[in-house]
Amino acid sequence: MSEYIVDVDKVTVRFNKASENIDNLKEYFVKLVKRELMFKEFLALKDVDLKIKPGEAWAIIGTNGSGKSTLLKVISRILKPYKGSVQVNGTVASLIELGAGIDPKLTARENIYLNGCILGYSKKFVAERFDEIVEFSELEDFLDTPVKNFSSGMKSRLGFSVATMVKPDILIVDEVLSVGDVLFRKKCMNKMNEMLADGTTLLFVSHNMETCKNMCDHALWLNKGEVVMSGEIEPIANEYMTTIEERKAKEKAAKKKKQKELEKKAKEIEEKKKKKKAEAE
Amino acid sequence: MTEERKHKFKEGSFLELLNYKDLLYQLVARDIKLKYRRSFLGYVWSVLNPLLIMIIMSIVFTMLFTKKTELFPIYLMCGRTVFEFIKTATDKALGAVTDNASLLKKTYVSKFMFPMSKITASMVDFVFSLGALVLLIIYYSFKYSRSLFSFWDLGIVIVIVEAYIFAMGLGFLLAALNVFFRDIKYIYHAITTMWVYCSAIFYNMGSFYDKGAKQIKEGTTPYALYLAKAIEYLNPAYIYIKQFRAFVWVPICGRKLEAWAFVDAKDFILGFAYAFLMFTIGVAVFRKSQDKFILYI
Repeated sequence: MSEYIVDVDKVTVRFNKASENIDNLKEYFVKLVKRELMFKEFLALKDVDLKIKPGEAWAIIGTNGSGKSTLLKVISRILKPYKGSVQVNGTVASLIELGAGIDPKLTARENIYLNGCILGYSKKFVAERFDEIVEFSELEDFLDTPVKNFSSGMKSRLGFSVATMVKPDILIVDEVLSVGDVLFRKKCMNKMNEMLADGTTLLFVSHNMETCKNMCDHALWLNKGEVVMSGEIEPIANEYMTTIEERKAKEKAAKKKKQKELEKKAKEIEEKKKKKKAEAE
Repeated sequence: MTEERKHKFKEGSFLELLNYKDLLYQLVARDIKLKYRRSFLGYVWSVLNPLLIMIIMSIVFTMLFTKKTELFPIYLMCGRTVFEFIKTATDKALGAVTDNASLLKKTYVSKFMFPMSKITASMVDFVFSLGALVLLIIYYSFKYSRSLFSFWDLGIVIVIVEAYIFAMGLGFLLAALNVFFRDIKYIYHAITTMWVYCSAIFYNMGSFYDKGAKQIKEGTTPYALYLAKAIEYLNPAYIYIKQFRAFVWVPICGRKLEAWAFVDAKDFILGFAYAFLMFTIGVAVFRKSQDKFILYI
């Protein structure tokens, strides 16, 4: 085992960006005959390196579409890299998509077992922690109600409780995680902080630099699938903020310019109208 | 870390399913439970349905065919239950990967799990539906006032194993193909319809052999004989049906049957060979293509 708990080595992820997705035989043969089968390459990640030691907390930052979620998917084994390799030496709990395996037709009790098994635990293991999970989710009174009758908050509570039933080695958290009411969110935050204090490695995705700085000690900045900066959080966060500010300023300037032009045009038109009126009179 | 989730088998392999055996149990139990929960007739329905179909088909076909089949209702029921199992199991497995797209996009689970759970649930269903056959044999036992059950009936376990392995292979193959080509479903439905007619479910092979003998006598090419041989050697569904009948229907009818009804070692060798061949192909195709699933679902 290497010294890293997560070792992402020169990972490239490739997608097909063809204008139409061919998903049936008929179309496939038509295109084949017409010689229109295309493959437009799109690299969601390009040679990304990320080496995390146990106990570190990493923030992954970048604008929308920069490849943050693709990276998380590669780490949680959902996507296979096109090139490069990923090694994860430990258990991963992903709090991005809570309750991915919840079946609305089953009751909460059945769903706890089903979800636990989807996460790779045995039935016995879930049974031992069943009371704990129920207590944390505060759903004691609804155990035998089909989940389709649950509110979305109740569903997320169920999902969160199952996902965090044991202390994972690696915790992946999306900032926009919204779990139920304020009180429950506080409870979740406490549980997460507890895990961090216990030495769990954290991967945190966020747009908010303040929370990032509070939670993490390292950062990886992605832009269009490429690593811009990687390392200690302070300089990266500052650099990121200035770039964002610059871009905002640029956008603002462009907007102002456009508005000025529009105003100018409007004035011209009005003047023309006035002239016409004057001529008519 | 806890001792849980130590992954004994390689990621992506078929045996990886064993890392998730509790999940398999959960998924199968879910399918069975949801099928029988809150439905008024519940289990009764899955027995009643084949019985009703049997009654209608028996009436129609005993009047239609000149070549008589001994105890036609039992003969028909044997063929239909086996074929229904292969059909529903593969049909459900076909959509298993695409139906679970949202789950596959969010968490990592052995992808073999989804077709496997559908096929296993169908297998359990198949065992349940044998209740209809039992009822039918009980009815005839009373009619002839002697027990028509025999220890031979236990042999169907062999048939179930063969058909289960075969259905897995075909199911994995179809599930993988369906990810890339969504119209496989329609093509497969057309094929199964054709398959029913090639599996000697409501007619018997005797008619082919009689016709073949007649053709030889007349000096023409015995096409009927060729057709019969093709069905007997190339159609795994018929091989399983034939074996099933050999264990249930043949012992009841006894020695008065014609030669086509009896099985020998060749049938079992062929049956297992087809099962393992299909299984190997299905697993290989599924394994090779599973990493690309995520890009197409």
